[in-house]
Amino acid sequence: MSLVNYATREITCKIVYYGPGRSGKTTNLHYVYGQVPDERKGRMVSLATQTDRTLFFDFLPLDLGTISGFTTRLQLYTVPGQVYYQATRKLVLQGADGVVFVADSQSRQLQENIESLQDLHANLGEHGMDPRSTPLVLQYNKQDLPRDMIMSVDDLDEALNFRGVPRFTADALHGVGVFETLRGIAELVLKRLASPAEAGRG
Amino acid sequence: MPLDTRLRFETFVVGAANRLAVSAARAVAQSPGATYNPLFIYAASGLGKTHLLSAIGHLARQLQPDLRAEYITTDELVEQLHQAVTRGEVESFRGGFAELDILLLDDVQFLTGRQETQSELLRLFNTLQRSGKQIVLTSDRPPAEIADLDDRLLTRFSGGLLVDMGAPDYETRVAILRRRCGERDVEFAPGVVEEVARLAFANVREMHGAINRLIAFQTLGEGEVTVESIRGLLGDHGNGRAYSLTPKSGQYENFLSGLAVAVAQHIDARRVKLVEATAEWRTQGYRTGALERALQSAETPDPEALLREFGAKVERLRALEQEIVALDPTQRGSVQFRDIEAIEELERVAETLRTSTAPPPPPDPAFLRSEFEVGPSNQLAAHAADTIVEEPGRRYNPLVIHGGAGVGKTHLLHAIGNELVAASGGAMTVACVRASDFVDELIAALQDSAIETWRGRYRRVDALLIDEIEQFAGTERTQEEFFHLFNWLVEAGKQIVLTAGRAPRTLVEMDERLRSRFEGGLVVEIQPPDRLVREKLIARQLAVAGIEPVPDVLRAAAGLEVKTARDILRVAERLAEIAAKSNGRLTSTDVSRVASVRRSTPIHRATPSGDDLFSDREKTVWDWPDLSGRIIEDLR
Repeated sequence: MSLVNYATREITCKIVYYGPGRSGKTTNLHYVYGQVPDERKGRMVSLATQTDRTLFFDFLPLDLGTISGFTTRLQLYTVPGQVYYQATRKLVLQGADGVVFVADSQSRQLQENIESLQDLHANLGEHGMDPRSTPLVLQYNKQDLPRDMIMSVDDLDEALNFRGVPRFTADALHGVGVFETLRGIAELVLKRLASPAEAGRG
Repeated sequence: MPLDTRLRFETFVVGAANRLAVSAARAVAQSPGATYNPLFIYAASGLGKTHLLSAIGHLARQLQPDLRAEYITTDELVEQLHQAVTRGEVESFRGGFAELDILLLDDVQFLTGRQETQSELLRLFNTLQRSGKQIVLTSDRPPAEIADLDDRLLTRFSGGLLVDMGAPDYETRVAILRRRCGERDVEFAPGVVEEVARLAFANVREMHGAINRLIAFQTLGEGEVTVESIRGLLGDHGNGRAYSLTPKSGQYENFLSGLAVAVAQHIDARRVKLVEATAEWRTQGYRTGALERALQSAETPDPEALLREFGAKVERLRALEQEIVALDPTQRGSVQFRDIEAIEELERVAETLRTSTAPPPPPDPAFLRSEFEVGPSNQLAAHAADTIVEEPGRRYNPLVIHGGAGVGKTHLLHAIGNELVAASGGAMTVACVRASDFVDELIAALQDSAIETWRGRYRRVDALLIDEIEQFAGTERTQEEFFHLFNWLVEAGKQIVLTAGRAPRTLVEMDERLRSRFEGGLVVEIQPPDRLVREKLIARQLAVAGIEPVPDVLRAAAGLEVKTARDILRVAERLAEIAAKSNGRLTSTDVSRVASVRRSTPIHRATPSGDDLFSDREKTVWDWPDLSGRIIEDLR
């Protein structure tokens, strides 16, 4: 769970990258990891076991150092996007302070995007988190692909962003939009930490 | 195709960028067909796809030696199919692949434009998957981006696990380079490997090429490679050619400074206090919507003022909760008591309860302690009353005053009540009620199912004064309720005063537990008024009428045989009337006239008549005009 510890002046929050398979969640994390100065890098952990599929996710701890007097740590997770890792997704989502929904901009992936978004809402609900107040941003990834293969931002907005949350276009493979997205969700989470009731709608 | 024996998991350097792919590959090798099927690995050229495929084959064979694993590139598959078709041996081609346990197919992006191979592969896919055989595919791009790919193949490629590998991070690059040096048994000067890792290479293969050149340079005796000489030796790479996968400078720093703004904005020190207080109130169960809205507003609120205001409202909530629960215990635990926005509503509820549960009747202000004349017959009771007024609930609790009818019990009871109210400056709630009314109220409450309200009403009093307690006789429920009320009040230090027509121990119709409690306080008796009391009463009553009687008259009046204070007052009234007719003068004769009349009163009281003539006070009671009338009355 998120934590603002005023005594020790520490902020810790957990951000989960959610989305359909192959939409670019891990790519986001890898790019972030590649940008972080060595001394700030935690160990990036990816877990996979053959029998216990529930443990299959990426984990990237980011120690951002002291920001405005607070020692700030972000814990970035990805969930496995494939449909049948439902249990894992639910587990990873537990205690999340913010969610980045990475959508695949390709027209043929629209249905997967929608199903994954519904899955996200269902899982949040099962954790007793209100999907409307949980900080969420959308990332429309793969915007670098040819125009005729992908949906326009407006179309994606209409299909996915019915709550009007902040959304970012991205080409995660080349780092376009990756940090913008991370900053977007981090700000929402911080906002919510500061005032628990209303944030997340902004 | 035979597997390259060097390409094993042991020789694959795992970093953040490929950890997922390697984990998945291992899982597949350890239990083919059971975990991720198909496993689709994609990565840019030179990042280790072929290495992973080969490693899977080796590990699977190592674990199950009789396992049939086949590595084949897509180009080769196309070629084999062509040959089979040419020779008319398509069936044997199919049969050969259908018997595999693991198919390792490299570079499937080359399926583009190979419709024949695609449909053959689709057939093979179905065969292998039906029998639970493992398929592992690699590509330089995700399936969806492979041009011209049959939709049915696309869904099958994407149906298992898709995993990609990125360019290795710096540490991984160093590890890869060190391993390569280890394999070649070459040792570079400190810093060389790290410097090479910092250089821009499109992929690992190119980096391998670079380190191979440096190894060759050093082992061929051209001198030791130094950090400074690397750039010269590596040509293009050393000149800082753009490298798409090395960090773009500044992105992280920009992110950080942006975040700093956010932290400062949302979590600045002035708000810290507010947030902490909000959390504290929330743990106590209070709704903190007001504070949260303040935090949400664009302007930094003044935390001190906000918290003061909130604290005051919480105080009011607590007071309301206490009051409302006392009046109506069914409201206990209502969530509204934790919501400052419900204050107005709660004020209304409290107001309604207050009016609907008016306090029990107060003492009658007409009975004054100063008008209770004290003599030997009642001085003990008067003293006890005064003590109680000084220290209510502390000295004698309960105080039970008993005595015959009309001796002044009710007067003293109400007087105690009035004194208590006066002594507390009006702060005390004193209930002074006749026992019969108490019973009636309880019955009414039972009828209205408002017993809790009734209890609450009485439990709020600071002193309970009940007149004629013997009227509880035969009322089991009342005695039961009174018993609990009694205990509750005594325990809370509230004063109880009771009057009874008889000594408590003789009230056999009362519960033993009540009687014993009555005896446990102070029991005092008021006897019929003695002469001193009688004299004081008459004197005072006449003084009220503006008459100053001569001592003889007063003595004579006090000497009349009257048993109750009530009768004495009646005598005094009568004397005052006579005096009013004779210019304020009274004689002993007047007293004897009154005395004779006084004896008649019980008759009038005993036989109330329906005839107006007899109920007319002027004509029937007092004013007998002549002697004969008196004689007749005496005879009667």
